[in-house]
Amino acid sequence: MHNKEVIIVGGGVIGCAIAYYLARMNVKALVIESEEIGHGGSSRNGGGVRQSARDPRELPLAMHAIRYMWPHLSDELGVDVEYCQKGNLRLAKTEEHIKILERVIAQGTSLGLELKLIDQEEVREICPYVSDEVIAASYCPTDGHGNPMVTTLAYYKRARELGAEFITGEMVQSIAIRKGKVAGIKTKLGTYESDQVILAAGYESRAIANTVGIDIPMQRVLVEALVTDQQPSMFPQMIGTAASDFYGHQTKHGSFVFGGMTGLEPYASEVERPVTRSITAPSICRAILGYFPAIGKTNIVRTWSGWLDVCADHVPILSIVDEVPGLTLACAFSGHGYGIAPAVGQLMAELVVNGSPSLSLDAFCYDRFKPKS
Amino acid sequence: MKMRLERKLIQGDFIPRADDELIVCRCEEITRGEIRRAVYDGMYTMGEVKRYLRAGMGLCQGQTCSSLVQNIIARELGLAPGEVGISTSRSPARPIQMREMAMDGVNE
Repeated sequence: MHNKEVIIVGGGVIGCAIAYYLARMNVKALVIESEEIGHGGSSRNGGGVRQSARDPRELPLAMHAIRYMWPHLSDELGVDVEYCQKGNLRLAKTEEHIKILERVIAQGTSLGLELKLIDQEEVREICPYVSDEVIAASYCPTDGHGNPMVTTLAYYKRARELGAEFITGEMVQSIAIRKGKVAGIKTKLGTYESDQVILAAGYESRAIANTVGIDIPMQRVLVEALVTDQQPSMFPQMIGTAASDFYGHQTKHGSFVFGGMTGLEPYASEVERPVTRSITAPSICRAILGYFPAIGKTNIVRTWSGWLDVCADHVPILSIVDEVPGLTLACAFSGHGYGIAPAVGQLMAELVVNGSPSLSLDAFCYDRFKPKS
Repeated sequence: MKMRLERKLIQGDFIPRADDELIVCRCEEITRGEIRRAVYDGMYTMGEVKRYLRAGMGLCQGQTCSSLVQNIIARELGLAPGEVGISTSRSPARPIQMREMAMDGVNE
């Protein structure tokens, strides 16, 4: 049916970015997506382009992307991805919160990240809208945010212009094997041939990998957020809290996007498509208004939900699969794949083309998971 | 699942039309020409056009322009309007203040 140098399963920000960086290396990929471009987590995330509070394994990828890729990504792709590098504030209300921040700061600074604890006065100078309850924050001036939906579509658009092919609305069912090696992928309509297949389909990657006897220790967990109407520009920082009760930012458009966890996400009903629950938006609002009472009269215009592909150790799998030559995994991003997507796209393209990514991906190996004893 | 769509490049240059300046999404002030151009750039579904341009993302959440946007996409692609899908309707049905939403589920 088709014979492609590389087949990428999943048309999210990761799949589209890999297709783009492959195209720049003159390798033409075919991306197959079961829904539409950016249907999954790529359109259902907080848009953080953040280094602070990253796992030490993931931090080098985030630092690389922020130093060398994000600042010129809009120019490179020819679409404004709304990248805004005005820092990240992680707010604290109690001494316990400050202890949490101190641990995060020690970890980040030990790896060369500019990250410090600031007091109430300094927080107010950066963001005058915080409530009196906020007593301190961690501040990383090089963090920021972007628009994940547009970033995904920009990678798609540019990759398509450079010769990558995309098919949407066709679900990959299994991996085809010939003589012990990857021969392509199978859908309801037939087989697409290639000796290189990359699974970048979020949680759905697991079922596809299962068809060749490979399992991925990840779970599907609900994530929910709310979006407000357009407001005058108030603060450009990415906001999080030591209590992890909400996160978010004001977009270039002027609307706020705020996400948060109720604590009951792992027990959400098993449904095919993610749905918002009536308990969540009120819970997020209560959290937000404790930190930003000034925006209480802001209107919520919509809520959305999506699935996280949460890995056993909350770090993605970016790895060639030894037992199945030709199979590569780029999934289990655990809710923080967007900020590192440019680096992941570039490194995965290098990994597949010449086996030597310019930053080590050893820490993201698929077989790093061991039993306790 | 969505209809199967191959995303081949549309041959030839983008052709402007006389009514391209017409505003279709009133909340976000998105024109017919911008929607046509987005389709030319590869945005083939309601969801993609919405995410790319913000058409239908404003205060009315597409309650006014959805069927217009759907028709423009379909016409550009030579499909029936139903074939480009609809965008997801999302709660709340009408805008609601955060301080009011915060009261929901709180014991009085």
